[in-house]
Amino acid sequence: MKKYEIKLDRRDFLKSSTMLGVSTIAPGVFFQQLAHGRDLDEPASSKIRWGMLINTNQCTDECDACVTACNEEHGIEDFGRPTTDTQWIRKLTLTSETTEESINVPMMCQHCENPPCVDVCPTGASFIRADGIVLVNKHTCIGCRYCMMSCPYKARSFVHENLENQLPHAPRGKGCVESCNLCVHKIDNGENNTACAEACQKDGHQAILFGDLNDVESDISKQLKKYESKEVRSDLGLNTAVRYRGI
Amino acid sequence: MRDKTDYIIIEFSKAVFFFGVVVLSFIALGFYSFLTLEHEGHWLTGMNNQVVWGLPHVFAIFLIIAASGILNIASISSVFNIKIYKPLGRLSALLAICLLTGGLMVLVLDLGRPDRLIVAMTTFNFKSIFAWNIFLYSGFMAVIALYLWMMFEARYNKFVGKVGTFAFIWRITLTTGTGSIFAFLVAKEAYGALAAPLFIALSLLMGTAIFYSILYWMDKGLDVPLGSEIIARFRRLLIYFIFTVFYITILSHLTSLYVTKNHDFEFFLLFSDNIYTLLFWVCQIGIGTILPLFILYNKKLSISPLGILLASLLVIFGGFTMLYIIIISGQAYPLDLFPGYTENSSFYDGAIASYTPSIYEIMLGLGGVGISAAIYIFAIMILDFTPKNLDDEHTLYSNNKEKIKTE
Ligand code: SF4
Ligand code: SF4
Repeated sequence: MKKYEIKLDRRDFLKSSTMLGVSTIAPGVFFQQLAHGRDLDEPASSKIRWGMLINTNQCTDECDACVTACNEEHGIEDFGRPTTDTQWIRKLTLTSETTEESINVPMMCQHCENPPCVDVCPTGASFIRADGIVLVNKHTCIGCRYCMMSCPYKARSFVHENLENQLPHAPRGKGCVESCNLCVHKIDNGENNTACAEACQKDGHQAILFGDLNDVESDISKQLKKYESKEVRSDLGLNTAVRYRGI
Repeated sequence: MRDKTDYIIIEFSKAVFFFGVVVLSFIALGFYSFLTLEHEGHWLTGMNNQVVWGLPHVFAIFLIIAASGILNIASISSVFNIKIYKPLGRLSALLAICLLTGGLMVLVLDLGRPDRLIVAMTTFNFKSIFAWNIFLYSGFMAVIALYLWMMFEARYNKFVGKVGTFAFIWRITLTTGTGSIFAFLVAKEAYGALAAPLFIALSLLMGTAIFYSILYWMDKGLDVPLGSEIIARFRRLLIYFIFTVFYITILSHLTSLYVTKNHDFEFFLLFSDNIYTLLFWVCQIGIGTILPLFILYNKKLSISPLGILLASLLVIFGGFTMLYIIIISGQAYPLDLFPGYTENSSFYDGAIASYTPSIYEIMLGLGGVGISAAIYIFAIMILDFTPKNLDDEHTLYSNNKEKIKTE
């Protein structure tokens, strides 16, 4: 099978997200100053595959730094309606049915290599970038929610509410579906880290490690080599970019 | 062969007026709901991030598969050449268009971004069964339009059989496509491979029941006499299809029970203390299957037009509930991400999701029904879709002259 079927180049995506930002947030204001990590003309590279390794042993009960950081980074508001409120990342508490021990598992879009959400999307709005990040194009998503039906990880949220005060780098839209974008704006301006991983590091837990899975020299690759890790529902053969230790 | 039936154009009458008033109020409700949801967002519905497809989808899929099923009556006459159904051919095709339009309308108006319909019609991901369905639906419209043309033009009547066969194949594909929307969800235990045959059987049943209800209305409201022969035939069709649906339902639950990983879901659906179990046993099996069968086999009721109507309405109710159960329960039942663990989160992992349709969803669904009915009433008032008389003498003999002579 071909590795990544849909290659939208980064400029197209940025262009479209910037346009959406312009039209929905602040008419008349242009957001052209996206920080440059790589040249804007350079498309996302298939040599890279971004991913995360989550060490559940380091994730503590009370902490929700990753969730808060994600919400702040992308301007995700809480409308006080938990069944319809958007959640890109959530913390699962797992209790073993045999030992009754419990573990904490931060859960988000797993950035599958063979993403069911991309397969089912009628318009091709759900797509996977060359560097493995699964995104939703907010211009072509019609809000049919078929991708939500198909996602095995319940990673996606539908925007049920009118949104205000959106952030320029994170345009969102009522009636569209969204999910974790691996902080694509941070990757594209060269920060190469996600808000959740940063917050977790800052709080001293080091439970989330972000990096390039294809680079043998990266921390994440080294750790993956050294320690046993798992894919959630590996039986589905989706080859996820988010891996877990301690489950 | 030429169609020798007399057709009429329906004139304005009291019955038409009342029908129109009901239809227009449905459409108004649907439109109001659409505007409100478009303005406020979907949080006003009962749907959420757990149950993402709700009552509007039940309405939409119901209407779409009923559209395919209602064309069966035309198929029986032109493909299988059973002449008594010939006078119903035009109506059958018209009703298929009506129901399909209504169903698609609900589907589109429930989208998060209905304004982007044009995107859906121009940008396709050919891996998506959803995208294929858009082709199947628009193609179906075109095929029926052609079919109708062949039926209306006396000199083209001879092609009705061929076009009818084509339409027949198309509609089976269409229902399979609709069922497959569910068959392709890898992680959901609820939706097995039998979705497609089940949808086909259900479509035949719904189509027959709806068609009969309309014939009954034509008899009472439009003075198109309905003969006992047609009634008896519809009774038999209903019985066949009820049994077929019932059989496939049992089969799909048994095959699902055979697969160990599906036990929990089957148990949840069939034997636990929740709304779906109740709906399944009481509404789908009790009211929607056993009760109509009882009526259809009852000595007195089975020959009464009203009895068959009652059975049809119960069957429609049962079929609607069945779709509700299929669509909603599969989503309400939690995904098992970590076997061997109980899961808990702010995003309702590991919990059975709750879903209560809101008034907006009901209005949206009724709007779709209203659209279907409006096209029907409008069409029969401008074109001669309606057979003048469906009593035994007309249906048995008008198109069967050759046969009578030789007998
Ligand atoms: S986790 Fe879900 S949303 Fe993310 S890529 Fe996989 S299927 Fe798509
Ligand atoms: S909701 Fe949007 S992204 Fe998801 S399948 Fe539909 S069009 Fe694609």
